[in-house]
Order: sequence, then structure tokens, then C-alpha cells
Amino acid sequence: MSTTPKPSPEKIEAKAKKASKKKTVLVTGAAGALAQQVINRLRGKYQIVAVDFRELTFLSDDIPSYKIDFNKRVFEDLFKAYSFDSVIHLGRISSGEETRLRRYNANVLGTQKLLDLSHKYGIANVIVLSTYHVYGASAYNPALIDETAPLKAAELTQDLVDSVELENLANIYLWRYPDLNITILRPCNIVGPGVKNTISRLLTNTISPALMGFSPIMQFIHIDDMADAIALAHKQSKRGVYNVAPNDWIAYQDALSHANCTPVPIPSVPPILPKAITKIMRLKMFPSYLINYFKYPVVINGQAFEEKFGFKAKRPLREIFRYYREVKK
Amino acid sequence: MSLKSFLKKKLVSPELDEQLEKIEMPVGTLGYDPWGFNTDTNKIVLSLFANIYHKYFRVETHGIDNVPPKGSALIIANHSGQLPIDGTLIAYSLANRKKSPRYPRAMIERFFPTVPFLGNFLNQVGAVLGDPVNCARMLDSNEAVIVFPEGIRGSGKLYRDRYQLQRFGSGFVHLAMKHNTPIIPVGVVGCEETIPAIANISPLAKLLGIPYVPVALPAVLPAKVILNFGKPIHFDNEDLTEEQVTRRVEKVKSAINGLIAKGLEERQGVFQ
Repeated sequence: MSTTPKPSPEKIEAKAKKASKKKTVLVTGAAGALAQQVINRLRGKYQIVAVDFRELTFLSDDIPSYKIDFNKRVFEDLFKAYSFDSVIHLGRISSGEETRLRRYNANVLGTQKLLDLSHKYGIANVIVLSTYHVYGASAYNPALIDETAPLKAAELTQDLVDSVELENLANIYLWRYPDLNITILRPCNIVGPGVKNTISRLLTNTISPALMGFSPIMQFIHIDDMADAIALAHKQSKRGVYNVAPNDWIAYQDALSHANCTPVPIPSVPPILPKAITKIMRLKMFPSYLINYFKYPVVINGQAFEEKFGFKAKRPLREIFRYYREVKK
Repeated sequence: MSLKSFLKKKLVSPELDEQLEKIEMPVGTLGYDPWGFNTDTNKIVLSLFANIYHKYFRVETHGIDNVPPKGSALIIANHSGQLPIDGTLIAYSLANRKKSPRYPRAMIERFFPTVPFLGNFLNQVGAVLGDPVNCARMLDSNEAVIVFPEGIRGSGKLYRDRYQLQRFGSGFVHLAMKHNTPIIPVGVVGCEETIPAIANISPLAKLLGIPYVPVALPAVLPAKVILNFGKPIHFDNEDLTEEQVTRRVEKVKSAINGLIAKGLEERQGVFQ
């Protein structure tokens, strides 16, 4: 844990006074590559305040940045000092990091606190980043899953419970407090420069595990396209739940080949075997709770988001894989 | 060069490539569609399958032009033969059709995606998990879809029950009505004799989590296959009771029975 001093209310107020009079946006998860891309798209047009509960990130002199636990009372001081107009909630502890309890506290209870404060301080535009993992990877999934499909991830593994709970919570607030104008985005695999999630790490390696005999269809969205999608959702503020995925698909093992990465087969039958192998070998890059996502496809339908917001992903799959080939040189 | 590109270069003849290029498929930039269909894999498999289709099973088709050249279509056939050979032969016959070739999509049983290698392979050659949502989306995108309403009841039946249609599900009639799609009945003759099974080891099937384990020769026999495509059947989209829908299902079943009888009459002998 970092020993960064906690921000005092006085310091927050002093920084807030210096901030310009533009509309103010709170961006969470500031230490992540995606948040930084989103901030790059909003800076200049908005006064941005960045927070992260993992680490303090210096972005630039004109962007106040804080390391704050959302569950601490000092978090509310930010809302008092800055009078935010909108919130972009991208911060979460990834599945597999920290303990389940800490993840639950940060991701679920932290989000609840954020939404409560957003309601209390009259914020009229909230973007919540979710993930396609909430649908769950099952052999019986149809392709092009739309937003009305049940969220079955929690049935498969306890490690994804917080992702589903976060979604359910945001959905409850979406309907209970329509004035918050909550937009929940469920993107497919976000990849590209700076992204440190499981799939991005696998594509970066020169050898990566793959389940023998399984190569599910996957979707990838470039981090720049995802940042564009978030900026667009923030600008237009239309409440609802939306999948975000380009109209392009590739099988996992083919994706590894395109990224110049050699698949290392892991025995897949009986199903207990790959889970046991990844657990025993502590393969962090191929976590046991995500095994099913490398076995069965979870192909989502991003059409509703495209039509409602006029979004079109600009970076094709070839460009994504070119990046992963080049990082290996 | 990847293995797939190498195989494509070695195996796919320019004529077949040209024939298959005529078929428009809504695939992404790297040749995949959302259900896992892959243009290159499909070309390789079809080129390998040509000999099996023409020389091993000596497939004969009648009325293949009853499948419309474009637009959604439900190709409904009798199911038999333990393995999805019948679906593959129907699909190949349409891809190989000189006038307006098509890649029809076969709906497959739910256990296939759980089988290593086979599930992915079937997806890459155009087969799709037999789910009503998948079927509806395909009809919306004007695809031709092969459905076996008997499901595993048909493919897993024993040799003594050959050419006896099992119970049909009614989902395909609901989909045809909702999506204003013609039904093309197909009578498949010959696949019953490719893997004749005399018994099913149910306890082993249960243990392995698969629908059936047939007691059969460990080989696929070279039975002569005849595919009879019937005239399209159109059903209006009316608000019907399930009993009325069942009557429509029976109408299709009866058309297939007629086509099977026609095929059996046309056949000179099982292996001739």
C-alpha cells in the first residue's frame, strides 16, 4: 500500500478555488490508461478532477488529482468543494487483484457511495464502466448478446460477483434516480497501448496459454476507440445500459497468432483440469476464474450504442494486432 | 505464412475459390462472423469435402433450386446418422450449386460447443448453436438456416427405427411465421446407413455428459445419399394457439415424409 498522505479538506478547498469555472467532471480510476485517454479528450473543454483509490497520479498542473478511498468521509469533501456537473466512473480493482472482500468494498460499496453522493449533490450525468464479463461465458450463449440478456457471470465464479453487483447497483440507481442520467457501458475486451488487463497481457507475451481444442470468438476494442465512446456517452448523456463493441470478430488462438504470440495448449478435458493447472501453477496471466472466457464465446451486440450515440470504432483489428507485434520487437 | 494460408493455397482450386467468392457473407475484416464462421477454413474444408461428397457418398440432389437464391430460408430436414453428416451434405450441396450458391447455416445440438476441437471446427464451417436467438438473428440477416427439428431424437435413433420421423419441435414454425420466412422441406436418404447403431449405452452417455453413445461399427459406411428438396411452404404470421402451430408442424413433417419416400424409391440400393 502506498503511504501517500490523505488529502485534507483545506487542501481540497484551496485547489478547488484555483480551478477554472468550466463545467467540472470527476473522473475515477485516474491511474488507469483508459481514464487518462478519456481525460485527454475532455481537457480544455471541462475542468477535470481525477481520483483513484489505488495510487496518486500526476496528470498536469491544471488537473487536481487525489488518492482517496471512496468509502472514507473525505471523499464527500471533493463534492462539496468542486460542485461537479458530471461523473465518469472508470475506477475499479480488477478481478483477481486484492482479496474478494477488499474488491467488494472498493468496487461495490465504493460505487454505492459515489452514486449516493452524486444524487445528494445533484449531478445530472454519470457514466459507469462495466464489462462484458457480466454476461458470463457459457456453452449455451447465443452470439450478439444484447443488453437485456441475464447477467450470469456470478453463477460461474465468486471472483466476478463484484462485477455483477456493481452493475446491479448502477441499474437500481439508474431507475430509482432518473435525474442522475446514468449510462452504463459494457465494453468487450479493451486492448492497446497502456492497457494492463488479462487479455492485453496475453497478447503482449511471446507465448500465452490457450485451452486445447477451444478458440472462442472474441471482440476487441482499441483503447482510443473506447475513450472516444466514453467521451461521446458523456457529451450526449442518454441514460441506459449499452454494450460497446465493434462489428469485427476473431477466434482467440487466431488473435494470438496475429499478435505474434505462440499459444501453449493447456489440457481442457475434464473441465476441472485446466482450473486445477492454473491454480497450482498460479498462472496470474491466465486466471482460473476467467477460464470459461477462453473456452466459450461471449459475443456482444454493440448496435444499440452505435445507433443511439452515432458511434463507430475507427481502429480495425489489424491495427490492434500490429501494435502487439511491434511491442515484441 | 500461417498454416491456414498455406493449406488454402495448396488445397483450394481457383475454380472452387471463384465459386465460393460469389457467396456474400457478412464477415469482419479478418474473415470471421459473430458465430465463428471463417471464410478460409470453410474454403479448405469444402475443397477437402468435395471428394467425400461426390465420390464417397455419391450425393444426388433433386429440386435444389427450391432454396431461394437470396433472402431468409429455413431448410427443414430429417436427422439421422449419429454424426452431423446430413447437415454438412446439405450445406455443401448449396455451396456447390452452380446457380446462386449459398452458405446455409446448420443449427447444431447444444452439446457440440462443449466438445474440444469439434465445437470450434463446426462453428468455423458455419454451424451454429441451435438456439432460437441465434436462428432469429440469422433470419433477420437473410441467411438460409438448416434446422433438424427432431434434434438428438433423430440423430441418435437406432438402425431399426430408420426413416421413422421422431417428434418435431415447433420452434421452427414460430420462427418462420415471425420472420416471414419460407420453409424448404428436405428428405435425406442414405445417412441412416452411414453409421447404423444397434444400441445406445445410456449410462456411459450420462457419465460422459453427452446425449448418446451408440453401439456401432467404428467407421462411416459409404452409403449412397439422396437429398430431395421440396417446394417452399409459406405460413402467415397469425396469432395461433400451440395446437394450430402443431398442425403446421405436422404439415411440414408430412412433406418430409413424402420426400423420404421419394428418395427411397429413387435409390437402387444402399451402397449403389
